[in-house]
Amino acid sequence: MSSLNVKIQDVFNEPACERNRSKASNVRNKGCSKPLTPGAAAGGCAFDGAKIVLQPITDVAHLVHAPLACEGNSWDNRGTASSGPTLWRTSFTTDLTEQDIVTGNSERKLFKAIRQIKEAYAPPAIFVYATCVTALIGDDIEAVCKRAEETCGLPVVPINAPGFVGSKNLGNKLAGEALLDHVIGTVEPDDAGPHDINILGEFNLAGEFWFVKPLLDRLGIRVRACIPGDARYLDIASAHRARAAMLVCSTALINLARKMEERWDIPFFEGSFYGITATSEALRQIAELLVKKGADQEILDRTDTLIAEEEAIAWKRLEEYRPRLEGKRVLINTGGVKSWSLVHALMETGMEIVGTSVKKSTVEDKERIRQALKDEHQMFESMAPRELYALLSEHKADIMLSGGRTQFIALKAKMPWVDINQERHRPYAGYDGMVELVRQIDLAIHNPVWSQVREPAPWEDRPATKEQLPSTRRDTDTTRVAPSKSRQHDAGDFVEC
Amino acid sequence: MVHIHRQTKSATVNPLKSSQPLGAALAFLGVDGAIPLFHGSQGCTSFALVLCVRHFKETIPLQTTAMDELATVLGGAAHLEEAILNLKKRANPRLIGICTTALVETRSEDFASQIANIKRVRAEELAGTEIVLANTPDFDGGLEEGWARAVAAMIQRITLPGQQAPRSKKATLIQRIKGPSKQPWKRKKVAILPGWHLTVADIEQLREMVESFGLKPVIMPDVSGSLDGTVPDRWMPTTYGGTSIEDIQQLGTVVQCIAIGEHMRRPAELLQKLTGVPYVLVQSLTGLKNVDRFVSLLSEISGVPAPAKIHRRRSQLQDALLDGHFHFAGKKIAIATEPDQLYQFATFFTGLGAEIISAVTTTGESEILEKVPAESIQIGDLGDFEDLAGGADLLVTHSHGRQAAERLGIPLLRVGFPVFDRLGSQHKLTVLYRGTRDLIFEAANIIQANQHAPSPESIDALRKRRNAG
Repeated sequence: MSSLNVKIQDVFNEPACERNRSKASNVRNKGCSKPLTPGAAAGGCAFDGAKIVLQPITDVAHLVHAPLACEGNSWDNRGTASSGPTLWRTSFTTDLTEQDIVTGNSERKLFKAIRQIKEAYAPPAIFVYATCVTALIGDDIEAVCKRAEETCGLPVVPINAPGFVGSKNLGNKLAGEALLDHVIGTVEPDDAGPHDINILGEFNLAGEFWFVKPLLDRLGIRVRACIPGDARYLDIASAHRARAAMLVCSTALINLARKMEERWDIPFFEGSFYGITATSEALRQIAELLVKKGADQEILDRTDTLIAEEEAIAWKRLEEYRPRLEGKRVLINTGGVKSWSLVHALMETGMEIVGTSVKKSTVEDKERIRQALKDEHQMFESMAPRELYALLSEHKADIMLSGGRTQFIALKAKMPWVDINQERHRPYAGYDGMVELVRQIDLAIHNPVWSQVREPAPWEDRPATKEQLPSTRRDTDTTRVAPSKSRQHDAGDFVEC
Repeated sequence: MVHIHRQTKSATVNPLKSSQPLGAALAFLGVDGAIPLFHGSQGCTSFALVLCVRHFKETIPLQTTAMDELATVLGGAAHLEEAILNLKKRANPRLIGICTTALVETRSEDFASQIANIKRVRAEELAGTEIVLANTPDFDGGLEEGWARAVAAMIQRITLPGQQAPRSKKATLIQRIKGPSKQPWKRKKVAILPGWHLTVADIEQLREMVESFGLKPVIMPDVSGSLDGTVPDRWMPTTYGGTSIEDIQQLGTVVQCIAIGEHMRRPAELLQKLTGVPYVLVQSLTGLKNVDRFVSLLSEISGVPAPAKIHRRRSQLQDALLDGHFHFAGKKIAIATEPDQLYQFATFFTGLGAEIISAVTTTGESEILEKVPAESIQIGDLGDFEDLAGGADLLVTHSHGRQAAERLGIPLLRVGFPVFDRLGSQHKLTVLYRGTRDLIFEAANIIQANQHAPSPESIDALRKRRNAG
């Protein structure tokens, strides 16, 4: 078995994964990714997943060893924010040509590319990503990276997650493994302190972690490394000296959290910054873990005081929206913002949840959602575009919260929509983030365009005019289309943490 | 003589190119009832899909054969078959356009015979659906090649071979005497094969102009019917609009084919070979003289003089040239895009008195590059572009040029694909009299918006330049 296959088996066996714990061992060995159906699959590949986790490291040069498409079709497409370096937004790829592949020139080209980047940009490290084609032709990127590291005198980290080994989620985990194998623990910080923590699986989308960081600052808690949001290479290399960790996106990086606990005795908990109570709970748990690891007890009181203050402000601000949002029906369709506490906060503001995806929710979250919702059927794993469109166009909701892939399903159904996934431009984490989300929901629902686009044209009275609508140009016999019961295009699959 | 510099770097920095299968998918998306299918790993599709959605702001039907490691090693025929059957069952498309990717092309299988086999064995289930294969590995070509290959593949597979249109001199003469028929089915048909770089608005404008001569245009692919951003009244799993399969079948019944852009030469040649339909290649439809030639051509084919509204539009363009040339004369322009679009924009700007100080493109293979009015052309990426564009007054490339624009402090005119940070790129006109007029206004406005008030320093710089000169 190749080392990559061993690695994949290892992450599939993750003992800390809640879903895994509920599986029999023979089932567990088969891995957590469902087999893909050709012609009815959606979502990214393992390489995509690896890049999502690592690319927000802002000062690293990310070099994709592949023909054009892997990087050329996907660069500079994520909304994570940096407080300084911009190198992560510069795209590097070996852009292999047929000639490179046929003549076996690709490893040499990779080596030269690394050297070229080192000379032109002098980054603190270079991450090299394997892809399907370079894996297929047998390029040994680990060997090339090792040699380049010796020659160039900087860390050159191989990220071995070619697309065809599996899903985006698997790629997330393989990225975590690469950090464990090559980065974390390679630099000793000279300033480790009793209040140092790591935040794992926080992407700093739209800069939203900066809603949370000031709260930690006020408590005297230092973020040693936020992985990957706004991270720098040295933060991650010295992350092993943190006292405690919070795991934000458990499906992506649980293996990283558990192994850091194993290796460096950094206890962790799973939490979320989406929602008021979740944020409070997260702050409290961080403080508790630090105290367990020897920090002064008084941090607990300070945390409670801060939580009380911040919650009071947030609930008061949310209350202002109640008259406008009371009774509004919300459909949540995402695997990304999976927190029960989001559901909770929206309901507290008077909104009704008419459906929510629970694809990436924890067992505990699901139970809480089940209790909060009137009808169990309102929980779904995923929904096919056609069903989703039907649901929205029948106006069974007043707004949908989802990600980019289902954006246009909502809009074509003339349904207000707010982006709560990774491409969004608004920050929703922490207390202020929750208020911002509710504000955005209010703005979306009450936008004057809805009354304009939903009304038919006043002159549209003859049936002949309808013939001109684009969808009826074709003689599609809709009854011939198979019902969408079978597993198919998963509208929520686009998303991750 | 243009000097073409080949790429010598090992690391591509900020790619300019989009992938070849993506170009093919765009072409398939211009056909009614179509679904492009990437034969590759699911990531190949996912990246292309996200990019298309960001550009068009539409749901885009695009599927994958979801090749995994095992299938890559053992061969992908089963995945291909399953994908085709699933698409047929779920969406009943008129066309499944298969675009191969680097992954499957590196392994290299005989996809054509696999598909022939699937069609034979599954003939009953697949009835009513055309299956077209475009070989489009990512390690070769870009949007131009992918688009052209898909168009050629559709002609090869769908168009009925053999000469079908009455094209004897007598028939033509009789038709000319009778003038354009009022009954559309008797109007002379003209095939238009537009390049990938024409927008929805461009296609709409083209159709209108051809129709104004009493001709019936068959435009293939026709993104104006499928990617023009409308709100259909029900969920559509395929494209809804675009060239109909019947029109592609009947391409041999047109009297003339007009290909737009050098990369459309191959598809046009193929159509000629298959059906005898003669073609004219129009290298650019932007700029007064280019449009003049096109209008003359339409007039010649139809035998009718240009209608009054075309006179009016030409006059508007003349006026725009007069008003606009002040803003372009002596200006330095840097352009990065695929060859035909590079030619289109470079000739547009030099036609207004500007100078192309740097030109970067994706391939050295295109013959049009010899005609680009620039001293040299770099085959390369946006990293090269950024190095070469210093001192320019205006950058011209797609949205990924935004980083270079920001770092260089030079304004950016967004053209081509992808344009993900501006709305309405599909409704921007770039061809014919009106499109040229609009481009003059847009570019001049960007330049004007970035003018600085004169300062002692700027005037001093001018004085020094004179002394140096």
